[in-house]
Amino acid sequence: MPVTYENESMLEIYIFEASQSLDQMEQIIMKSEREGTFGEEAVNEIFRFMHTIKGSSAMMMFHNITTIAHTMEDIFFFLREKRPQILDYSTLSDLVLDGVDFMKVEVNKIKNHDAPDGNPEDLVMRLKAYLDEILTTVNTGEDKAAEPETVSEKDSVCESEGLEVQPSAAVLDSGGEGAPEPPLKPRKDSKKKKSVQSYKAKLYFQDGCEMEHLRAYGVVHDLTELAEEMFYCPQNILEEDGTAETIRNQGFELFIRTTATMEELQARIEKTVFLEQLILGHADQPEFEPHCMHQDDIHWIPAVTEKEARENAASGNSVSDTQLPLNGNSVSDTQLQSAVKEQPAGSQSMISVNVEKLDGLMNLVGELVIAEAMVTQNPEVLALESDQFQKASRQLHKITTDLQDMVMSIRMVPLSTTFIKMHRIVRDMSKKLNKQVVLDMAGEETEVDKNIIERISDPLMHLIRNAIDHGIEDEAERLEKGKDKIGRISLEAKNAGSDVLIILRDDGRGLSKEKILAKARANGLLTKPEHEMSDREIYNLILLPGFSTKEQVTEFSGRGVGMDVVAKNLEEVGGAVHIESAYGQGTTMTLKIPLTLAIIEGMNIRVGSSRFTIPITSIKESFKPAAKDCHKDPDHNEMVMVRGKSYPILRMHQHFHIEKTETVLADGILIMVEDEDKEICLFADELLGQQQVVVKALPHYIKSMKKILGLAGCTLLGDGSISLILDVSGLAGLRVR
Amino acid sequence: MAKAITEMELEEDTQKGKYLTFNLGSESYGIGIEYVIEIIGLLPITVVPELPVYIKGIMNLRGRIIPVMDMRLRFRKEFVDYDERTCIIVVEIGENSVGLIVDRVSEVTNIADEDIVDQPMLSSGTSNRYIKSIGKVGGEVKMLLDCDALLSHHESELISTIG
Repeated sequence: MPVTYENESMLEIYIFEASQSLDQMEQIIMKSEREGTFGEEAVNEIFRFMHTIKGSSAMMMFHNITTIAHTMEDIFFFLREKRPQILDYSTLSDLVLDGVDFMKVEVNKIKNHDAPDGNPEDLVMRLKAYLDEILTTVNTGEDKAAEPETVSEKDSVCESEGLEVQPSAAVLDSGGEGAPEPPLKPRKDSKKKKSVQSYKAKLYFQDGCEMEHLRAYGVVHDLTELAEEMFYCPQNILEEDGTAETIRNQGFELFIRTTATMEELQARIEKTVFLEQLILGHADQPEFEPHCMHQDDIHWIPAVTEKEARENAASGNSVSDTQLPLNGNSVSDTQLQSAVKEQPAGSQSMISVNVEKLDGLMNLVGELVIAEAMVTQNPEVLALESDQFQKASRQLHKITTDLQDMVMSIRMVPLSTTFIKMHRIVRDMSKKLNKQVVLDMAGEETEVDKNIIERISDPLMHLIRNAIDHGIEDEAERLEKGKDKIGRISLEAKNAGSDVLIILRDDGRGLSKEKILAKARANGLLTKPEHEMSDREIYNLILLPGFSTKEQVTEFSGRGVGMDVVAKNLEEVGGAVHIESAYGQGTTMTLKIPLTLAIIEGMNIRVGSSRFTIPITSIKESFKPAAKDCHKDPDHNEMVMVRGKSYPILRMHQHFHIEKTETVLADGILIMVEDEDKEICLFADELLGQQQVVVKALPHYIKSMKKILGLAGCTLLGDGSISLILDVSGLAGLRVR
Repeated sequence: MAKAITEMELEEDTQKGKYLTFNLGSESYGIGIEYVIEIIGLLPITVVPELPVYIKGIMNLRGRIIPVMDMRLRFRKEFVDYDERTCIIVVEIGENSVGLIVDRVSEVTNIADEDIVDQPMLSSGTSNRYIKSIGKVGGEVKMLLDCDALLSHHESELISTIG
């Protein structure tokens, strides 16, 4: 079994497309389930997705996935054709979602370069059983009506077989003349008005093209759409690799009954890549029978009852009516690595780009901003005082800014993809725990840097699991408390300054301070005397590793490894978790994430000979204080009065141990900064001006030593010197509890 | 493919046994050149607060931010003002790039394996921890640095900087 992935890029494309298809399919299924019906469009779409996945998986030789996709495709084909009244959508959704899950797992294995060795048999059996079930329920209703047809159909089969020999046979109804078959007609395609002819084809592939059996399958696949009936030899081209050899030596034989003309057929087959030679001719009936046994897995119209299908199979009649959409050629297309495959209707034309390239682009643009600043703010250049130059440099600045904005926006991805995944979790958990929960979403169009999206997906899932598992009470308890029996979880995203807030609210039982304190006490996690802890600090205890007030360990939670991982993940992207709760009423978790890591608007300040940069979004105002407004409080902390309110002062030179600075408050400048609800005033020597700066992280060596309170990174100024970027929340925390 | 491997091996061989030697006062040290990226003159250094005293700060090297370590202070020697011959050796150890401030840079010499001996066990001073071995070159003794130890930091040093 060749598992050499020589075509890495083809593999990447496959993984990307398969993942996308699976995600989209999941959404459709869940939406349909919610609406209580599988509409025509939904069924069509799911069928298309299954078909695509089947084709491309077969091409890439991932048999497990192909098998599952194939079986599911059959189910949806039946649904599409027959439109039966399914009462139990829940079972169908479960089954289909199981299939999707299986395929997702396999695709993940492939992504990690493991072998996709999942065993689909169990699932295939269940799928087939389900299909059988709906078949029988449909056909018991139709059995009575179907009775007279079976006879006529058989007649028509025999008759049509007899008529096949003359290619120029007059236009007939495919059912053969004289056989009464009104019930059959509407089910079959109207294009049957044309004559059905038999052809035989022999295909030879070019030497050394390899994988002849798959190419042959591709041809079969392609022609299924046209064919009333098709046999081919060798048969087991998907399962047996040895058939490639057979085809190489003896050619691939194909017998097809179709309404297409010989020219059409020839044109179609000749599109096959690596085809060396095609011999196409009309087939005489006798040639159909003896050769190959009928291929079962060409689609059969399940309008025929299962019993009939078996009989028909024996007599070699199978009508394939599938209207395969664009992907008729999917097999050969994937060979050509077309990255742009079918898109869901109505989506903009997209292109998938390697994330590394994007990162590289961002870095370059960052460097460009710095270089531009270095040129335009060079002291010698500033001394030039040339109008022309000023104009030109303004133009340059404008273009650089635009370029920067554009590149930043490329990396921004709306949160909707992440949010939508949450639906699945809510559904699964509410089923398993027997709680009715509804998920409301708002603000999902808010955009966040791509890097960050990947990091918050897991924490968010965990929080939602928690909300349903711990938070939402079961129905009885809720009714008892006077709450609505359906639990509500709301997920909201919004922009707040330079951060994005993701707010998760539930109307469950809320956090119990006593329980938390008790657990913390038991595990020795308390660092402060209990009565001194604020509510916020108590709630934050649940973020400690190993903390869990769940008595039992369930499949979903209770091991106490969740919340601290959430907190850590957020910290790594520079965000934070805030917890608020009202006992008995519900809990609110807020995830705060920085909007972008790379470029910020900053105000440069000078303290002694050191330079610092403060993010503009944190600055409220700046002013020269009057001596009379400054005073000290009983703890000797300096404060300043502004419009009746008192703000603490943080002396930069003291905090950072800088010498030779202004020390008299009235000679320097106070900058009022805020972080959420904390406001303090920073004391510096002077303001140097506003500038867009590229945030560079502090060198790894220094970061690995310790986290320096108050510094978020550094940046290069126009004259090449380094300015340290202040972390306002850290500084504010020094002065304000 | 095989050719590339032998080329690589040759390359490694050409770097083996070569040390860049520098002076701190009267003492001579050597550092394997596989760690050395470049040697530059003094650049403006931006002080970063709350770091150990031997980390002077960070510098801007063609757009990259590199931390700078004063070797005299690292070895707990007396600090000497920088002059025009003071150099910074930029080294890359693992994923960390660091600039080392030294008094004088000497040369790149070959020190054969047989001329390298383990340092004798001394009980005095902490400089020992950073010395991997002793090399003999033309009658002189060079102390060869253990780069990984150089970049490691001990909790005791960090604690002393708080406050």
